[in-house]
Amino acid sequence: MSGMEAGGAGMGEGKLRVFVPRDSAARSVGADAVAERLVAAGAEVVRTGSRGMLWLEPLVEVETPAGRVGYGPVAPEDVDGLVAAGMLDGQDAGLGGPERPTRRDEMSDSPDGGRVDAASPAIRHGESGVYLGLVEELPWMRRQQRVTFARVGVVDPHSPDDYEANGGLAGLRTALAMSPADVVEEVVTSGLRGRGGAGFPTGIKWRTVLGAEADVKFVCCNADEGDSGTFADRMLIEGDPFTLIEGMTIAAHAVGATEGYVYLRSEYPDAVETLTAAIEAARERGWLGERILGSDLTFDLHVRVGAGAYICGEETSMLESLEGKRGQVRAKPPIPALEGLFGRPTVVNNVLSLASVPAILADGADAYAALGVGRSRGTSVFQLGGNIARGGIVETAFGITLGELIDDLGGGTASGRPARAVQVGGPLGAYLPVEKFDLPMDYEAFAEAGAMLGHGGIVVFDDTVDMAAMARFAFSFCAEESCGKCTPCRVGAVRGVETIDRIRTGQDREKNLVLLEDLCELMTDGSLCAMGGLTPMPVRSAVRHFGEDFTR
Amino acid sequence: MIVYSMSTDVTDLAAVRVGRVREIATAHLGLRGPLIPILHAVQEDLGHIDQADVPVIADVLNLSAAEVHGVVTFYRDFRRAPGGRATVRICQAEACQAVGAEALGEHARRRLGVDFGGSTSDGAVTLDEVFCLGNCALGPAVQVDGRLHGRVTPARLDALLGEVAR
Repeated sequence: MSGMEAGGAGMGEGKLRVFVPRDSAARSVGADAVAERLVAAGAEVVRTGSRGMLWLEPLVEVETPAGRVGYGPVAPEDVDGLVAAGMLDGQDAGLGGPERPTRRDEMSDSPDGGRVDAASPAIRHGESGVYLGLVEELPWMRRQQRVTFARVGVVDPHSPDDYEANGGLAGLRTALAMSPADVVEEVVTSGLRGRGGAGFPTGIKWRTVLGAEADVKFVCCNADEGDSGTFADRMLIEGDPFTLIEGMTIAAHAVGATEGYVYLRSEYPDAVETLTAAIEAARERGWLGERILGSDLTFDLHVRVGAGAYICGEETSMLESLEGKRGQVRAKPPIPALEGLFGRPTVVNNVLSLASVPAILADGADAYAALGVGRSRGTSVFQLGGNIARGGIVETAFGITLGELIDDLGGGTASGRPARAVQVGGPLGAYLPVEKFDLPMDYEAFAEAGAMLGHGGIVVFDDTVDMAAMARFAFSFCAEESCGKCTPCRVGAVRGVETIDRIRTGQDREKNLVLLEDLCELMTDGSLCAMGGLTPMPVRSAVRHFGEDFTR
Repeated sequence: MIVYSMSTDVTDLAAVRVGRVREIATAHLGLRGPLIPILHAVQEDLGHIDQADVPVIADVLNLSAAEVHGVVTFYRDFRRAPGGRATVRICQAEACQAVGAEALGEHARRRLGVDFGGSTSDGAVTLDEVFCLGNCALGPAVQVDGRLHGRVTPARLDALLGEVAR
């Protein structure tokens, strides 16, 4: 409506399209107000996902013949000034005047071309409205290898046309021309392992479901992203939902499933809305339903919203919840691939695993497998959060080191104080000290170091952190969120809180540290699922690497 | 949303509610595993899951009241008493803790005079904690009636509370 009103000063003849994220993280720092001001100034605004440079949000991009140029972070009150200075013509309309270096200059001042300058005062102090130049050329973007996230931040997540115009459906078309068994083998060859945390080979799981006989089979997407420090599932769904739909449809063809469910957490209302709209649009296009893209495939997809239970991120609890029950874990075997949802053979995969599949089919398994190290093939979407200067998502091949991610790309802590501890892989992952920053991001290397890669979430703490308090938090979180089915988890976590409290107040410290270790061993060995089984990981790693915090 | 008039009798109110709950539950019978979608819909429509709703839902789904009760009480989202007009949830998970979420939570509790899970005496605000809103690079994160806010300082929280407490 207001796009038709008179444009502000500096409007050129041919109006350029302007992109403003509608990702909930960008919205959380004012993207909606920025978009409104741009529309009022006469711009044609397209709402996209986020590029993942969350410290630059709201990041406004203007389409120019040379590519998209960026400005960020843009506050609503910056908009009129930027427009007056020629922003809508894609000009260098930074607000600071010619003497002040643009952020692009600061960021490209790097010794090895890929490294991003860590000590950028402009970024640390959040100056706004800065002209960034071509977004694709930013060192932070160039350092990445975007496969799964290639379209996130680029396309309009509500537009199936935009999806198809940017390479969407190529993987599904390839898959539909192949036999189910060949699709499964392609995924096996790619080396794709479950991105939800466990790292089990996706293709092997699919092979089991394909081989199972049943009246009906299901594909379930676990989008209950409850781990603190992880937000890639949310960003993918909000930024490029059709990729997930395409991935699930390929999975359905590969294993012979007719029905799919996305179990999405209630904490993500924007994602629920975006995915629901995308499924509706996909149905209208014939990308879901009967005879998909003219093939024999029939598959339909439904969104189910969780109800605030962390344990439902565990696959069997998620299945119980989908069936309408309390989210209590099931003993395995039987594995869900044979007896999953309503007792039928079920593919249960994480969002990023399923969203990786279209690119694998479109470009070939070998291209995907060529990336990575050892048995960690392809790319992973690492998430930088907590006390970090340049937080966001980084998609790159496995093998990049923890330090490269935190220091080079992340720019160190947001507080400017020294980093002290990093938790990798969610609340059940290990706390690592800065001495471990040379660890490569690789499932096996992390396991060897007594840690886990998990979902690729990385949470940074500075030197003000009290690691005994963080270990206590791990137990109290487990006590709060345990499904209650098995005793080591339900009771062990409560005893863990008590034991750490005694250690912190100096009661029989040595004896209680031994007791703590005993308790951790029991929970690791005796728990039914990863909730109780892995809670000792943050606790033990905190004691091992930050023992001084338990004795003061 | 049912509109209650001042003259409505308590028993009429209860009967209206039972009818509405039955209607909602019946409308979801075509779904596989309909219980959780039903509970979400009842809470959305009627504000909370009342103890009196449980046998009604159980009857429609041919479940025992104990089974339905077990599900209602298992999930954090379902509340069994009316909440405030606005819900403010403050993330207390690790990534937000790393940038001051605990102090922000403390500030909110002091300012509103309620603990997490409680509602202000004027019924304006229910305060709660939440473990991860997926805004881990822009913490501390706060959700106000489903709307996410990032990098929330105590001053910004006061402004947000001022907007909803009216």
